[in-house]
Amino acid sequence: MTRKQRRFTFIIGIGAVLALALVLILTALSEKIIYFYDPSDINLEHKAKAGQKIRIGGLVEEDSVKRGEAGLVQFNVTDTQEKLQVRYIGILPDLFREGQGVVVEGALDEQGIFIASTVLAKHDENYISKEVAESLKEKGVWQGENE
Amino acid sequence: MIGAYKGDSRLMGTALINAPITLLLISFSFFTLMYAYVTSDFSVKNVWENSHSLQPILYRATGTWGNHEGSMLLWVLILAIFAGLVALFGKSLPLKLRANVLGVQAWVLALFLLFILLTSNPFERLVNVPFEGEDLNPILQDIGLAIHPPLLYVGYVGFSLTFAFAVAALIDGKLDAAWARWVRPWTLLAWVFLTAGIAMGSYWAYYELGWGGWWFWDPVENASFMPWLSGTALLHSALVMEKRSALKIWTVLLAIITFSLSLLGTFLVRSGVLTSVHAFATDPERGLFILAILVFFIGGSLFLFALRSNQLQAGGIFAPISREGALVFNNLMLTTATISVLSGTLYPLILEALTGDKISVGAPYFNPTFGLLMLPVILVMPLGPLLAWKRGDIVGVFQRVFALSLFVICATAIAYGFLYDGPWLAPLGLGLAIWAMVGAFAELQLRAGFFNVPLGKAVQRLFKLPGSMWGTAFAHFGLGVTLLGIVSVTAYEQENIVVMKPGQQAEISGYTIVYKGNVPRQYANYISEDSRFDILRGGNVITEMAPSKRFYTTRKSPTSESAIYHAGFSQLYIALGEREDQGGMIVRIWWKPLISLIWIGTIFMVLGGCFSLVDRRYRYAVPKLAKQKKEDITDAKD
Repeated sequence: MTRKQRRFTFIIGIGAVLALALVLILTALSEKIIYFYDPSDINLEHKAKAGQKIRIGGLVEEDSVKRGEAGLVQFNVTDTQEKLQVRYIGILPDLFREGQGVVVEGALDEQGIFIASTVLAKHDENYISKEVAESLKEKGVWQGENE
Repeated sequence: MIGAYKGDSRLMGTALINAPITLLLISFSFFTLMYAYVTSDFSVKNVWENSHSLQPILYRATGTWGNHEGSMLLWVLILAIFAGLVALFGKSLPLKLRANVLGVQAWVLALFLLFILLTSNPFERLVNVPFEGEDLNPILQDIGLAIHPPLLYVGYVGFSLTFAFAVAALIDGKLDAAWARWVRPWTLLAWVFLTAGIAMGSYWAYYELGWGGWWFWDPVENASFMPWLSGTALLHSALVMEKRSALKIWTVLLAIITFSLSLLGTFLVRSGVLTSVHAFATDPERGLFILAILVFFIGGSLFLFALRSNQLQAGGIFAPISREGALVFNNLMLTTATISVLSGTLYPLILEALTGDKISVGAPYFNPTFGLLMLPVILVMPLGPLLAWKRGDIVGVFQRVFALSLFVICATAIAYGFLYDGPWLAPLGLGLAIWAMVGAFAELQLRAGFFNVPLGKAVQRLFKLPGSMWGTAFAHFGLGVTLLGIVSVTAYEQENIVVMKPGQQAEISGYTIVYKGNVPRQYANYISEDSRFDILRGGNVITEMAPSKRFYTTRKSPTSESAIYHAGFSQLYIALGEREDQGGMIVRIWWKPLISLIWIGTIFMVLGGCFSLVDRRYRYAVPKLAKQKKEDITDAKD
């Protein structure tokens, strides 16, 4: 092989790997991402199908937290206009409170109840999830200090 | 503080003395802040917000960098330390290169000092001095805070020096094997610290957050992981450049990219554009400022690169199957992996800007893409060091590792036999890990000539092998060990969530866990309620575990502390949920087989890095003449 040919195969090889990686990245990005919605998106605009993995953000509705057998917790997530019933089995974060911001990850079941696999609360007194803050700002019920 | 800044302005003249002076002044301001923390001087706003006089002294001291302003000060302190090191110990560097390196480093330093002065002054005063501080975020009150940020920052910031070397070489237009030899130890140093920092952070998150996970693909974790990936690539490409004078342009580009990724990481963490467990309380002004710095350095250096790269002559050629070929492959895959992590990290930002959709990208994206890209790297890893430079003999290499391959295939098959109930991929993953671990020592074994020469002589030879060879073996072995831990915990982890009342028990993986009840305790700045569990195996109590719930009185915030029992390399992990109305406790118990190996592997990687570093330093001491000779030879080859 001449130097030119060698360089050519070299570049082809690199190009092939990069192209393959690009395809891999793009397919994964289109399929494996998790959308973030607020309860209005779900109830009014039906943005998510049952079984699709999504995140919901909002406030834990006052007096909505109920505990069942074997660590089952049930509560409503609200954006003050619409609310969504959430069920979760497991350990809630230390800063999980009624009236506070929360993000839940999971999927809707056939009855429209959200089965959560993860519950994230803010982990600092001064911190609230950016998505929740923005969603609440849109609804005009943001009580934080900034803006 | 002002003094430090003034000292820095003078440094623009690139004089060598100014770097140590800057270092002195910045150290002075850093230790002043630390003094304010330790003595609980609440007239300083930063101290008041993040400290409490009742905290143990360790957390009062480490609280210095447990907040945005203080950690930025640590950041620039480390920048200054690196500049000082080059100024004081870089005597073997050509004066021009050294001055240029220090100049570039000073520019980075100056802009970040300006950033601190304008947007995040740690010494802001309070007019009415409060009696007591607001306490440090409880999650940060841990030994992890003492170790993790300094290690990580040394790694992050250490790449600034590599960057400075690259830019200096571009300014100078002189780029040769000697340059690679000077850069590599610094890169290695930064890499060693970054590796340790990431591993420490991962372990800290693992035991402190109580989620039982050791890696979350959180944007901030990615931010530190991307420079690690490209830094690893840089280590390997600089090797090619040093030994064979090839891949010059690529190595310089990689040096620029690595530091750019460090800066990008700083931007992502400080600006709050991404939601993350690490997010500092942020304001947009800071984000914009760092973005400006980022654009300045990346844009500037890439512009310079575009101007100068065609002036740098291409180096030696090599066949695709050769040591260089293998290293190029390593670089290609690592870079692609970096791109895949970068895309996943930035995609939510881009999508939100374009469509307004809010998304998160997590493990379902990262695991398959990243895993698939790493697979071939680890497969090739043991073979690389066995190939000869320039033109390798793949058949010969396969003959040499034939016994090894056979061994690995057998081990995989045996794993299939025993672990039939796990996922089918797991034994393959275990086989791959063993391949990497055993293969890592193949080079040492072959060079020492075990089985061919008498044992005593082989051992003798073994210890005469250069440190860098030991370094490679250890680092590659470490990666295999980490992989072993990852595969085993991913495939064979067991989890049990139960509600327990005192006296009740739960089972997991042959262990019986008996809940005995709670014991309240009072500490200086928090109250704690320890839940006590007896751990039984085969009817005998082997240990007691006591996870707890804490309540920090000043911040009025509760936290949970998990408990871990080490059984060899495996762990039993207990995290507490809240108390139920009928007196039950929600308890989450994990059995995590071989999970400790994940971090033990990184210790080997760090050790490997240190071995290589020692080897380099040895080479530094080699008389100049020898070095000169070597350069002549490599130049002649070009």
